Amino acid sequence: MTYDIIITGLIIVAQILAVVVPVLISVAFLVYAERKVLALIQLRRGPNIVGPFGILQSFADALKLITKENIIPSGSNKIVFILAPIITMVLSLAGWAVIPFAPGWVVSDINVGIMYLFAVSSLGVYGIIMAGWASNSQYPFLGALRSAAQMVSYEVSIGFVIITVLLCVGSLNLSKIVLAQQTVWFAIPLLPMFIIFFISALAETNRLPFDLPEDESTLVAGFFTEYSSASFVLFFLGEYASMILMSSMTVILFLGGWLPPFDVYPLNVIPGVIWFSVKVIFILFLFIWVRGTFPRYRYDQLMRLGWKVFLPFSLFWVVATSGFLVYFDMLPN
Amino acid sequence: MVLYSLTFYLFSSIAVLSALMVISAKNPVHSVLFLILSFVNASGLFVLLGAEFLAMILVVVYVGAVAVLFLFVVMMLDINFVKLREGFLQYLPFGALLGIVLVIELGILFLTDRSSNIYNNQTPLQPINNELENTKMIGQILYTEYFYLFQICGIILLVAMIGSITLTLRDKGGVKRQNINSQNTVDASIAIEKKKVKLGEGI
Repeated sequence: MTYDIIITGLIIVAQILAVVVPVLISVAFLVYAERKVLALIQLRRGPNIVGPFGILQSFADALKLITKENIIPSGSNKIVFILAPIITMVLSLAGWAVIPFAPGWVVSDINVGIMYLFAVSSLGVYGIIMAGWASNSQYPFLGALRSAAQMVSYEVSIGFVIITVLLCVGSLNLSKIVLAQQTVWFAIPLLPMFIIFFISALAETNRLPFDLPEDESTLVAGFFTEYSSASFVLFFLGEYASMILMSSMTVILFLGGWLPPFDVYPLNVIPGVIWFSVKVIFILFLFIWVRGTFPRYRYDQLMRLGWKVFLPFSLFWVVATSGFLVYFDMLPN
Repeated sequence: MVLYSLTFYLFSSIAVLSALMVISAKNPVHSVLFLILSFVNASGLFVLLGAEFLAMILVVVYVGAVAVLFLFVVMMLDINFVKLREGFLQYLPFGALLGIVLVIELGILFLTDRSSNIYNNQTPLQPINNELENTKMIGQILYTEYFYLFQICGIILLVAMIGSITLTLRDKGGVKRQNINSQNTVDASIAIEKKKVKLGEGI
């Protein structure tokens, strides 16, 4: 009896490690890829010293940061200050529990998978607010306030986009969402929603052109101005892990998850994990490309885009999609 | 089953303790953070009951949106902690009265449910039909039996929204607004004017 419990426990731990370790390693390579792509866009060389083609640069940086002294400002609220990066990190890894990488390759195949992802990504704002408040300093505080308003605003349109997809699927389970795209990926019939989701994902992960919470030119480093060493690494890892998480969410909702583009011979031999990774890498490349191309939004423009453009449009699209599905009797079961 | 009870006691004890900390923490921001912890644990209890949709909605709506705005407001307030404690004795009798009424009500509910057979037979605590996802089960009841109540809830929320907007909306006048379209249509011919300037004179 107890022996069984221990075995199940060990299997669960192994499953978690099998997801978390590749995620953390891919974060390291994502940082390297970002620096390299940005360098190419700006006609520079980028990191090229550590390892072949500079591939080990991120590991060297991480080592350097971890061995530095961790400074906690004397005026800060210590417990919340230390808790904030931990929360960011944990939340960005927690979402991976429900991501299906291939048929059956999922740690926890729950009924409300997409709601769980939405909940986890909406909790991400707490790490930032707590960091900004606990630092007891003006720049982090301003950054935290900006990000709180920004993330809450863009969650609304993300919610509507998810509802549109759910109308076409009839289930909240992520594997079922992927399987519903066997005939056609949702990116094609729901193209405007795909674009809105991608832009909102940029805002939700505080990426350029919406990275006002850490706006260097006005707020030093935004909400993590006071952070150093290992706590900074946690923020950094958390931010990039949640970027990969949002890309996986985009892939599952719109680009058919692990499915090949066409179910024909040479394409459907390639394993689902490879298709999934290729699509995620493509979305991540878009993230980096956007960063290298667009200037930062002003704060009022950001709010206008969220509330006055995306919200009405996605609301209209929810009504239009449901009307279409009801009229042509195409509602799933 | 052991694991189930263990997780139940873990979630419920943390929920109760953090609820206590909400009212006893000195710093209001800490209170809100404990409130969030309490919400998250309550949603854990919902998951244990098999109500996963309610659990997720609780996290998305209360923790992800409402509590963020709470925290937002509380952080912005300049609170004098000493003043906050002053009215404690004054409000104590009223608060105690409310608490006692609530406890009595809960007690009555608990006792009557135990003694009648409603508790045992007709309304089980956990859903019987596990084949249907509980998201669908909620939808099937909410939009059929409780349709009018659901619509009334929506209207109440709409009225509350309009009310709060009219309360806070003040037309100050003299506010400069930007017209995005007119800004986007600006080109060099409107923005730049060429002038011949004579030496030593200026414009």
